[in-house]
Amino acid sequence: MNTREKNLSAVYVWELPVRFFHWVNAVCIVILCITGFLIGDPPAIMSGNEAFYGFWFGKIRLIHFITAFIFLFNFAFRIYWGFAGNKYASWKNFIPYRKEQWQELLDVLKVDIMMIKKKPVESIGHNAMASLIYFALFWAFALQCLTGFGLYAQMSKAFLPHLFAWVVPLFGGDLMVRYIHHFLMWFFILFAIVHVYLVFYHDYIERRGVTSSIIGGWKFVENEVLKEEDAKEKKIGKKKETGK
Amino acid sequence: MEHKKLTVYEDCLKKGVSRRDFLKFCASMAALLGLESTGVAQVVEALEKKSRLPIIWLHFQECTCCSESFVRTSHPILASLLFDSISLDYDETLMAASGEQAEKCLHDTMANSKGEYILMIEGSVPTKNEAYCCIGGRSALQIVKEAAAGAKAVIAWGNCASSGCVQAANPNPTGAKPAKKVISGKPIINVQGCPPIAEVMAGVVVHLLTFGTIPQLDGLGRPKAFYSRRVHDSCYRRANFDAGLFVESFDDENARKGYCLYKIGCRGPSTYNSCGIIKWNEGTSYPIQSGHPCLGCSEEGFWDNTPFYERRPALNAFGIEATADQIGLAVGAATAVGIAAHAVATNIRKKDLIENEAEPA
Repeated sequence: MNTREKNLSAVYVWELPVRFFHWVNAVCIVILCITGFLIGDPPAIMSGNEAFYGFWFGKIRLIHFITAFIFLFNFAFRIYWGFAGNKYASWKNFIPYRKEQWQELLDVLKVDIMMIKKKPVESIGHNAMASLIYFALFWAFALQCLTGFGLYAQMSKAFLPHLFAWVVPLFGGDLMVRYIHHFLMWFFILFAIVHVYLVFYHDYIERRGVTSSIIGGWKFVENEVLKEEDAKEKKIGKKKETGK
Repeated sequence: MEHKKLTVYEDCLKKGVSRRDFLKFCASMAALLGLESTGVAQVVEALEKKSRLPIIWLHFQECTCCSESFVRTSHPILASLLFDSISLDYDETLMAASGEQAEKCLHDTMANSKGEYILMIEGSVPTKNEAYCCIGGRSALQIVKEAAAGAKAVIAWGNCASSGCVQAANPNPTGAKPAKKVISGKPIINVQGCPPIAEVMAGVVVHLLTFGTIPQLDGLGRPKAFYSRRVHDSCYRRANFDAGLFVESFDDENARKGYCLYKIGCRGPSTYNSCGIIKWNEGTSYPIQSGHPCLGCSEEGFWDNTPFYERRPALNAFGIEATADQIGLAVGAATAVGIAAHAVATNIRKKDLIENEAEPA
C-alpha cells in the first residue's frame, strides 16, 4: 500500500460566495459559448413550414441574452466580493503590484511551465501566475460585457443595456464590436481548456485537493507553509499597530 | 451672383407646380422626417417664406454616385427644390460655369454668404500626398479647409465623406480621410450610404431649411430620423431569421423561398439605414428584396469587413486570410498539443514527486 506522510492542515480557502460565483460563471460561459456559436453560424434547417410556425433562432438568442444578464450580475457580484471577501478572494491577489508576487510568478514559470525547478510553489489561495491570468480574464469579462450589451442596446428599450450604447460608436460600428465579441469567445474557450488541465495537473502532482476545493472550499496546506504565512501576517499586524 | 431671392414656394409656382402638389410634397417630407402632423404646417411655412439655401458642393475622391442618387430623386418638386430652389452655387459636376469662372463662383459664394452657406462634401480627402486630388491648382485639403471655415454646417454625403469608403479601405494608398477627420469646429452631418437614399438626402436638406438646425444625430453623426434602426429590424424577411430559416447559398431552394440572407453574409443586423422602409428607385426595391445580402454600406469601413458573403469575421494575419473560428480552432489545437506535451513532461520530470519516494530538492 502506498501512503504519503505529510503534515497537512485543512484550510477554508474558497468561501461560499466565491464557489457560487465560480459555478454560475462556468455554466453561463458554457451556455453563452454554445448559443453564441449557434448565433454566429446557425445550422442549416430545411423546413416546409412557413416562418410563422417557428421561433427557434429567436429562442436561442433569448437564452443568450438572459444568460448574459446573469453573467453580468454574477461578475459584478464577484468584483464586490473582491473587497468584501476573505484574503484569498481579495482584489489584492489579482493585481501584481508587490515584489513578492513577481518573484512567485517567476517561480511558477520555472517550476510548472519550464520544469527546471522541482520544489512546487505552495500557495494557499491562487498562485501569482493564476492570479495574473484571472486578472486578464476579468478584463476579458468586462470587454465581453461591454461589447455584448453594446450590441444588445439597440434591440432593447430597457435601461441597463442603454448604459452600454456608447460602445458601438467607440469602435466605429456594430460589425467591429461583433468581431471583438466573437474573438473574445475563443479566449474563453482556450482559457477553459488550460484552466481545467492545470487543475488536474496540480491535483495530480501536489495532492492538495485543488479540484474538490472549488466544491467544498477546503484545501490542504503544509503546516510549514501555514506557519510562514502566520508569521508574515503577524509582521504586517505589528507594522499596522506600530503605525498607529 | 446678384439675383432676387425667390422663396422655395414662389420658385415652385414659377415652374408651374400646383399648390396641391406643393402641399403633397411638404406632407411627404414631414412624414419622412418623422414629424407629427403639425410638422407639416411647419414645413409648408418654411418653404413658403424662406429663400434658397446657399450651398457649396465639393467633389473630391468619389464616384459621383451620391450626386447620381440625388439627381434621380423620385419626386419632381424634390429635384426642383434641390437643384433650382436651393442654389447650388458651386458644384463641379452640375454647375454651368467652368475654369476661372467656376473658381470665381466658389469664392463669391464663400464671401457673400459667409457663415450662412452649407458646405456639402462628396468624397474623401487624400492626406498622404495631397497631389492625389487637386482642383484649380489647389489640393482637396486646402479647398475643404477654406470652404469649411465660413460654412454654417457641413453635410458629408455618402460613405466617402463620412468614413472614407473604398479609398480608405486597407491599405488606403492615398491616406484618404473623411470630412470629420479634416474639419474641426463645425457641425458635420454624416449622411451615410453608398450612395445615400435620395429621399434621405432631401429629408436632411428640408430639415435644415425648415428648422434651421442640425437634425438629431446618432453616435456616428448620422441623422437619427433615418439611421436609428437596423436594416435587420425593418426587414420583411425578419420572420425567417427568428424561425431559423436561412438561405445557404445563392440560388438554392431556400433562396427561392425568400428565406433570411444572414448566412450568406447579410450585414442587415449591423447596419443602420432606412433601406427597408424608404427603399430605392421610387420605393421599387432594395438589395435584400432583390435577393442580395446587405453589404452594410452605411457603416464605417464596410469595405474592410470582408468576405462580403460570409457571416464569420475574417482576419488577414501574416498574409493568410482566415476566419475567427479557423484561427480559434488552430490555436485550440496548438493548446491541446501543448497540454499533451506538458503532461508527458510532467510525468518524466516530476516522477519523484508523483511517486512520492523522496522529497524534492
